[in-house]
Amino acid sequence: MIGIVDYGMGNLLSVKNAFEYLGEDVKTISDPSVLQGVEKIVLPGVGAFGDCIKNLKDKGFIAALNYHVLEKKVPIMGICLGMQVMSKVGHEGGHFEGLGWFDAEVIKLHPSDKKLRVPHVGWTDIEYNKQSPLFAGLNGTPDFYFVHSYYVKCSDEKDMDASYDFGHQVTASIRKNNIFGTQFHPEKSQEHGLRILENFINWKP
Amino acid sequence: MAKRRLIPKLQMKTTSSGTRERMALVTTIGFEKVIEVGEPISQAKIYEAQAADELVFLDLDAYNHNKGILVDVIRSAAEQIFIPFTVGGGVKSIDDFRLLLSNGADKVSINTVAVENPSLVTLASKMYGAQCVVVSIDYRKNMDGTNSVWIRGGKEKTNLDPVEWAIECERLGAGEILITSIDRDGSRKGLDIETTAKITSALSIPVITSGGCGLSSHFIEGFKDGNADAVSAGTFFCFQDQNPMQTRAHIKNAGIPIRIHT
Repeated sequence: MIGIVDYGMGNLLSVKNAFEYLGEDVKTISDPSVLQGVEKIVLPGVGAFGDCIKNLKDKGFIAALNYHVLEKKVPIMGICLGMQVMSKVGHEGGHFEGLGWFDAEVIKLHPSDKKLRVPHVGWTDIEYNKQSPLFAGLNGTPDFYFVHSYYVKCSDEKDMDASYDFGHQVTASIRKNNIFGTQFHPEKSQEHGLRILENFINWKP
Repeated sequence: MAKRRLIPKLQMKTTSSGTRERMALVTTIGFEKVIEVGEPISQAKIYEAQAADELVFLDLDAYNHNKGILVDVIRSAAEQIFIPFTVGGGVKSIDDFRLLLSNGADKVSINTVAVENPSLVTLASKMYGAQCVVVSIDYRKNMDGTNSVWIRGGKEKTNLDPVEWAIECERLGAGEILITSIDRDGSRKGLDIETTAKITSALSIPVITSGGCGLSSHFIEGFKDGNADAVSAGTFFCFQDQNPMQTRAHIKNAGIPIRIHT
């Protein structure tokens, strides 16, 4: 059973549909106590960093997530903003404290080439860590669907599982212990994305 | 860097079979003549299989009925299609944004309401993120050669210039702009490269251009000369015997980064 955290933001339906398409049982969770009993957690999200953290806090998810992810070691996957909030600090529209699971900051994309547009919208090839179990079964430089203006800048390069070139290196994916996150939307990236979700389902960190 | 995008546009109108209303897929010429060409979801699945980068669903009747039928279409699209899609037509309020996004839309396109109530662009951008706010701009050439923005599905002229209005939309918080030349809609005589280039050079957010694609060389012009991030087309994909995969191959051969299905 996969639990999708519902804190009032994000396109939950598409994430749920993609896992169901792969034959998984999925539950959307709006009450933190229900996290007890799921085998894997998905933290989706679109919108702004500050609102996301505030909603997680207001609904009582922060302590519950820290408990299940850090102490019980339940595997978790963050998508887009759901990955960004795993960082220490977010700089979107202010200065906000994140979940702090990664020594990283969330800052605005800053391409030097004026032809590169922000938000970065569309399909982009990524380079991934060939040892990563989450990217198993993919070849070469697969493309994924991105839509974002901010990105996760990791202090420790080892946390980065995939990246792409946008005039500067941009983190496409992070991973540490039982925690995984993608900046791209696997649920919107056709076969490549479904492969990532399948790998997450099978992941035993 | 993001690859350039091809975005099939699925325009829909309500038709009734007996007492039951449903959405039919249509194509238009000059925003006037409407031709029914099929069913939106089955066509969307074909486009997905042909490696469309995104889809746009537009409800042309949106001002005439409630959103129930549109929501049914979106929900079933979200269940069956694993590429991003934008939904537009008759969006009036932040509640409409919520309704469409919570039923599976990735982005919402607004047109008339953005002109009448520009603060909605800012509000939606703040609440749901700029990435899901697409402002759609329809325009027509005037007798004197200038362009004007038209609203209400091309029925009402405004005093706005499309380039200036696009700049203002970016300032208000739009994440993307979709421009359509009404004069060229369904004409297959090529995109309006001049206006596209003016808008792409004035903006830093992505621009989708549409209206007039009839040949694969028209897409190439849109990307190369118009510097558009994406080209959207309805008629071209509905009626062309040519396979969209071949169109992609032509675009790629012209040196433009684009997805090719492997």
